[in-house]
Amino acid sequence: MLTLVGEDRPGIVAKVTDALYKAGCTLGEASMIRLGGNFTIMMMVSGGVCPRDLEEVLSPVAAALGLRVHLDSVDGGLHRHLTPNVQVRVVGADRAGIVAKVTGALAAVGFNILELESDVAGDRRQPVYIMNIQGYSNATIEALEQAVAGLGADGIAVDVAPVETLIG
Amino acid sequence: MAILDVLTLPDPRLRQASQPVTRFDEELRAFIDDLDETRRVGPAAVGIAAPQVGRFQRIAIVDVSAKKGIASHGFLVLVNPEITHWEGFEIGREGCLSVPDFTGNVIRATRIRLGARDPLGEPVELEMEGFEARAVQHEIDHLDGLLFVDRVVSRRTDLFRRKVYQTGRGPV
Repeated sequence: MLTLVGEDRPGIVAKVTDALYKAGCTLGEASMIRLGGNFTIMMMVSGGVCPRDLEEVLSPVAAALGLRVHLDSVDGGLHRHLTPNVQVRVVGADRAGIVAKVTGALAAVGFNILELESDVAGDRRQPVYIMNIQGYSNATIEALEQAVAGLGADGIAVDVAPVETLIG
Repeated sequence: MAILDVLTLPDPRLRQASQPVTRFDEELRAFIDDLDETRRVGPAAVGIAAPQVGRFQRIAIVDVSAKKGIASHGFLVLVNPEITHWEGFEIGREGCLSVPDFTGNVIRATRIRLGARDPLGEPVELEMEGFEARAVQHEIDHLDGLLFVDRVVSRRTDLFRRKVYQTGRGPV
């Protein structure tokens, strides 16, 4: 699992993946997102050079682009997707602890988070925390609603909805 | 009846636009039976379109009645379907028999009206919403050589929910 973090600029993915391609590496699943103006990416890399040499392959491009590189050997593979069946949307006046409270309530009923995105909207005086979670749960929607019901008193609006994946 | 082979990506034939049906005969109806049998053996597919089995005619089957708690017209065979009205939009997760092991979020109209022919060639007019409307839009895309992967949006697109589709009115 290759993780790269640095100041965002155009062309990072192109330069990094070109270096990996030329070293004979294959890419699997990847997720890149800009967080707070930073470039971040995690990607599955296999084949080609061994992990120690991978650092050498990446060091010129990382140095040129100012990227920090992190490598983990993991037991990963393709086609291990879990399809989410529940979506949880959270909106509240931004303050510390929202994520911990919401995800703690969900974890207590065995909810498995598969995707989580959060952002801060509004302006500096009235920031609004928005979070969107998709996950898998064997509990009913009613049971999940019950699990997060207490958060309304903290000014956090939590909407639990089923995700019906359409196969057509 | 027979189970037909389903074309999967990257087969270029899935990108081909299908032609309208002109002969409403026994051969067509036998094909529709095969097409539905093929849909049923798949992983819980709520719809299928003729080009997915390599027949490039404007025929689609949709049946979302197995999903609990949603309104639907039941088993629908849509020949030469044309959507005449769209209203609202929402994001939902889709997968496809022709795109194994991948699901993604797609924006579709919440409510649609459409005209089509039934397997006997009789005209039908339908109004539908929600999951059924999504399924019909997914299948009609196949008839135009489009797949849901052509319409997948970023997960982040869903972060800021639009109020407009909740009212279900007006331009979007």
